[in-house]
Amino acid sequence: MSEKIIDFEKLKKIGDEFKTVKILSEDGKLLKKNWEPELSDEELFKLFKQMVWSRVLDERSTKLNRQGRLGFYAPTAGEEASQIASNFVMDKKDFILPAYRDVPQLVLHGLPLYQAFLWSRGHVDGNKYPDNFPALPPQIIIGAQYVQAAGVALGFKLKGQKNVAYTYTGDGGTSQGDFYEGINFAGAFKAPAIFIVQNNGYAISVPRSEQTAANTLAQKAVAAGIPGVQVDGMDALAVYEVTKEVREYVLEGNGPVLIETLTYRYGPHTLSGDDPKRYRTKETDDLWRKKDPLVRMRKYLENKGIWTQEKEDNYVTEVQAQIKEAIDKVENMPKQKISEYLKNTFSETPAGTKQEIERFEAKEGK
Amino acid sequence: MTKKTMIKAITDAMDEELTRDEKVLVFGEDVGKNGGVFRATEDLQKKHGEKRVFDTPLAESGIIGLSTGLALQGFRPVPEIQFFGFVFETMDQIAGQLSRIRFRLGGTRKVPITIRAPFGGGVHTPELHADSLEGLMAQIPGLRVVIPSNPYDAKGLLISAIRADDPVVFLEHMKLYRSFKADVPDEAYTVPLDKANVVKEGKDITLIAYGAMVQESLKASEELAKQNIDAEVIDLRTVSPLDEETILKSVKKTGRVVIVQEAQEQAGVGAHVAALLAEDGILYLKAPIGRVTAPNTPYPFSEAESDWLPNKGDILEKANKVLEY
Repeated sequence: MSEKIIDFEKLKKIGDEFKTVKILSEDGKLLKKNWEPELSDEELFKLFKQMVWSRVLDERSTKLNRQGRLGFYAPTAGEEASQIASNFVMDKKDFILPAYRDVPQLVLHGLPLYQAFLWSRGHVDGNKYPDNFPALPPQIIIGAQYVQAAGVALGFKLKGQKNVAYTYTGDGGTSQGDFYEGINFAGAFKAPAIFIVQNNGYAISVPRSEQTAANTLAQKAVAAGIPGVQVDGMDALAVYEVTKEVREYVLEGNGPVLIETLTYRYGPHTLSGDDPKRYRTKETDDLWRKKDPLVRMRKYLENKGIWTQEKEDNYVTEVQAQIKEAIDKVENMPKQKISEYLKNTFSETPAGTKQEIERFEAKEGK
Repeated sequence: MTKKTMIKAITDAMDEELTRDEKVLVFGEDVGKNGGVFRATEDLQKKHGEKRVFDTPLAESGIIGLSTGLALQGFRPVPEIQFFGFVFETMDQIAGQLSRIRFRLGGTRKVPITIRAPFGGGVHTPELHADSLEGLMAQIPGLRVVIPSNPYDAKGLLISAIRADDPVVFLEHMKLYRSFKADVPDEAYTVPLDKANVVKEGKDITLIAYGAMVQESLKASEELAKQNIDAEVIDLRTVSPLDEETILKSVKKTGRVVIVQEAQEQAGVGAHVAALLAEDGILYLKAPIGRVTAPNTPYPFSEAESDWLPNKGDILEKANKVLEY
């Protein structure tokens, strides 16, 4: 044979075709004028306020956790552009399937804050969702939300409803079987789903480079035969504009899309004992601090004359009051009852369970 | 009323529910055009269309995750797992996800999903097709596990399962699919979930069985009758949760019991039945509880099935031991 059939080096570099979409520079300047989102000053300020809200919520949640007033908490600081700007695009009737770090999106989608706190503490009332609230509670099993999202999306398609299912996972989550099955099912059924991978570089202590030999995570979409796009996850305008275009494309009946956001978490994986100093350097932290999505947006809005420090300070005070109100409410919730747990397990209560309910109700002094 | 095999009764149940309720969806690997590897969904796609009865990619976790998503959108999914030995691929979506949705959301959501899957030995299937894994399912709170033993029950139980607002794992024994016909009403009817059936009344000993072991127990009871022993045979039908009342009532009457399962001794639901009797029925017992099970090995290579699977002879032997105690 005179010529080699396979160009292995070229095949390995398929990920090079997935270029990172950026719109804002680190100092808040437009890199691509033509890509600037068509958002009114009011909408831009609303988006920024949601990002500020999320940062304040993260700071407060961390403190409340340290004081023992909150339970499970996965820090979000650094991911505001990725989380908030993508969620900002969605319609209230779109269905969100969040992972455990995606509480801010869930609250902005309509979950009362005090319920998010109840979820953190481990109280069933945090997960009681009104009939018309299209959402699931944060998913703990990494990848499970992806296959379920394919089903929710197919449901929209079968009903002829013009909405999308959107779901989030992290960089580590892309190694799961359910991640691949989810995007592949949605692709095969041309279901209106948006799969978002928030690549913050680490799955607890394991760096992204140890998850896969693929040079982007967006290229994993190729395995499902669907479009994949990589975006600067510290750039709210880029995340917004990409997600908006994706949502329109998905709603036209073209099937799902995978979005990879390149982002970072300033804090630990969760507040349950993870110490990022074991696996991350201060240099890396500092590098990403310079990319802070809030700093960038603030400069952009300042140049537009939309933002002032005074406006932000007033808003932060407002948010802190909201958080205080929510946490106070949570601390006055009635204790959970095992009899209620038993009633919630089945719709049609089996005979044996009925006896268990009676036993617990007697104990609970009903 | 028509004489039908169990597989035909199962097809009819799905056909009628697809007709009755437009929210019912049937899907899985090869269930569409092909009509299922056992013909359980034969002609259903032709009759009800590709939006109601459809094929999926080959991935069990995807299939069950899809079901949960569809159920959250108001549908009544009836997914199929081609052989129940493949359930390990989707254990999280069953045990970690759909069985907990109602509980997890504080009763504000339901997932009316009926997972159908064939299982059971005696037909020389390849590896991991015949394994009895109902014991794993029976340990999952929030799930019902239903195993019919005849065509009449199969249709009535499947209709009940599809109409139920809770998730059901509906296990169909492959050896029973076409081994005999029985009278099945042509119209829709239900057989209640959570209720065992006394298939033969008796006063001397209770044989508690499910699946293919019901037929073996009935055969054993005929042999016992020749010894002037009047055995009562109970078909559990829903193996989780158990119909405790029917079990206790029977053993109170007979005072002796043999629990029969095709699964290995450490698997199945036999130990759960025994524990119930030990806790709530010990004063009824005139002899220790007997159990007939398969040996504690993985499911056998197919040529060894007849030596490994429990049968009428094993039941007779154990019953006589309990009777002679």
